[in-house]
Amino acid sequence: MLTAILVICALTGGLTILLLIAESVFANYGEVNIDVNKGEKTFKTRGGSSLLRTLSSQKLFLPSGCGGRGSCGTCKCKVLEGGGPLLPTETPYLNDEERKTGIRLSCQLKVKNDIKIEVPEELLSIKEFETVIEKITDYTHDIKGLRFKLAEGETIKFRAGQFANLFSKPYDDVKEETSRAYSISSAPSDNRAIELVVRYVPNGMVTTYVFKHLHEGDRVKLIGPFGDFFLRDTDREIVCIAGGSGLAPIRSIILDMIDRGITNRKATFFFGAVSTRDLYYVEEFKAIEKQHPWFKFIPALSRDDSGHPYARGLITNVVADNYNDMKNIEAYLCGSPGMIDACEKMLTGKGMPKTQIFYDKFS
Amino acid sequence: MDIQNIHPLVIFFAAITTNNILLTNFLGMCSYLAVSKDLKSSLGLGVAVIFVSTCTAPLNWLVYYKLLVPFGLEYLQYIAFIIVIAAFTQIIEMIIERVSTVLYLTLGIFLPLITVNCAIFGCVLFLVIRQYTFIQSIAYGMGAGTGWALAILALAGIRTRMEKKSKVIPELEGPGIALIITGVIAMAFIGFSGIVKIN
Repeated sequence: MLTAILVICALTGGLTILLLIAESVFANYGEVNIDVNKGEKTFKTRGGSSLLRTLSSQKLFLPSGCGGRGSCGTCKCKVLEGGGPLLPTETPYLNDEERKTGIRLSCQLKVKNDIKIEVPEELLSIKEFETVIEKITDYTHDIKGLRFKLAEGETIKFRAGQFANLFSKPYDDVKEETSRAYSISSAPSDNRAIELVVRYVPNGMVTTYVFKHLHEGDRVKLIGPFGDFFLRDTDREIVCIAGGSGLAPIRSIILDMIDRGITNRKATFFFGAVSTRDLYYVEEFKAIEKQHPWFKFIPALSRDDSGHPYARGLITNVVADNYNDMKNIEAYLCGSPGMIDACEKMLTGKGMPKTQIFYDKFS
Repeated sequence: MDIQNIHPLVIFFAAITTNNILLTNFLGMCSYLAVSKDLKSSLGLGVAVIFVSTCTAPLNWLVYYKLLVPFGLEYLQYIAFIIVIAAFTQIIEMIIERVSTVLYLTLGIFLPLITVNCAIFGCVLFLVIRQYTFIQSIAYGMGAGTGWALAILALAGIRTRMEKKSKVIPELEGPGIALIITGVIAMAFIGFSGIVKIN
């Protein structure tokens, strides 16, 4: 019996060693050079793993829905040189046009030699930030504002309206690090820090962490910026509609417009809340309104019969009452899916083309 | 004639024709039926099977006669053979990926499949039962693999032609007609029995 165990152990052990040797000999591709966007970023790394993983180990994060299993097709990237032949696992996700221009699925492509790739400019600024909480502010009974200070010498480059992922550390019964996306509320010019607005979600893994366990001075990991919700470069008048923590990206967009000196576009910000206790940043927006004639701030309360000076009723009705024809206006919406769907219906009903409606759905 | 005295070449040709592992023993049926739909994949899998069976046959001969028999552990042969085949397929996969991307792409998904291919395992068991010598086991491994590849190529060729030219009743489409064709090919292979024969 003992010899049997020993012999099988020796056999499997021997084969394991053989496999390890084979791996280090045959699957060892040595150091490879990776060139991103024609020299904008270059680095040396060990070959042998997928392009997606290689890039993320260098803190360059391509969007990936399935985590590299080759089932979602979102991690596409353009390979200029050194990609090798197209793999059968990639073909279902690429159309003829993409195949011709060298688009590849980065999670399937193995880095075996020097490689030259091209990724959208925004992705290069996506980074992992080790931050320290500078300030926590209670905005309302269920909304907090967090200001994260970046490490010494580090800056963030983002477009107003984008979001970042906030990572919670293990606490109580939550044993793993978890992350959720929150919109950045600070201006892009304020690039030494990141401000996020977090609304409490009952039993939410990250919001519970933020509300119950996070203190000023704590270290927090953030990854960002992400998202395609940002101000488009046109001359159209703007209408912004937000509810709850949806105010965050709108604040960033307005502050950015001020910084960039955009004065030729009329902008109106409708902020929908239930009652006065849900309002925040009112003074700041009122002050902007006074200083900048192109900006108007209209908070609306849907269920508050006290003697407040704000608009009354559902936000969709309040917006609708303020406009006749919205054909030449652009809309930026941010909030719950229900609110956004209702707003979209109202706006298209007023003649606004769908291509002029941009939104960030919080779900 | 004593089995040890049979010339390896005889064993090689017998393994391809009269003792064809697929057509006489019906081993390796699942991948045979699944992959034989087109010629290109059949060729890929065929080459992979030839390669793996040629290499694992002598390897397992060594494991059996130099490791298991001296310790009286013949009853462990099934586990030992499977482990060796699995490990070997892994190594081959690594080598092929490194050496030729084109070959890797053609064989790629088939190599892991071979680990569970009963034709390979059957071939190893036969060489133990028939008490082949080391050299004979190499010939037998190569022959068994070649025979299997020949059978799958024949079936794939017939299937692709039939798809264009013949009408099969719906009830027999796919595996049904493939099995009938296999039976006919097997009978045709009996015609070889006058040439070589081993038991």
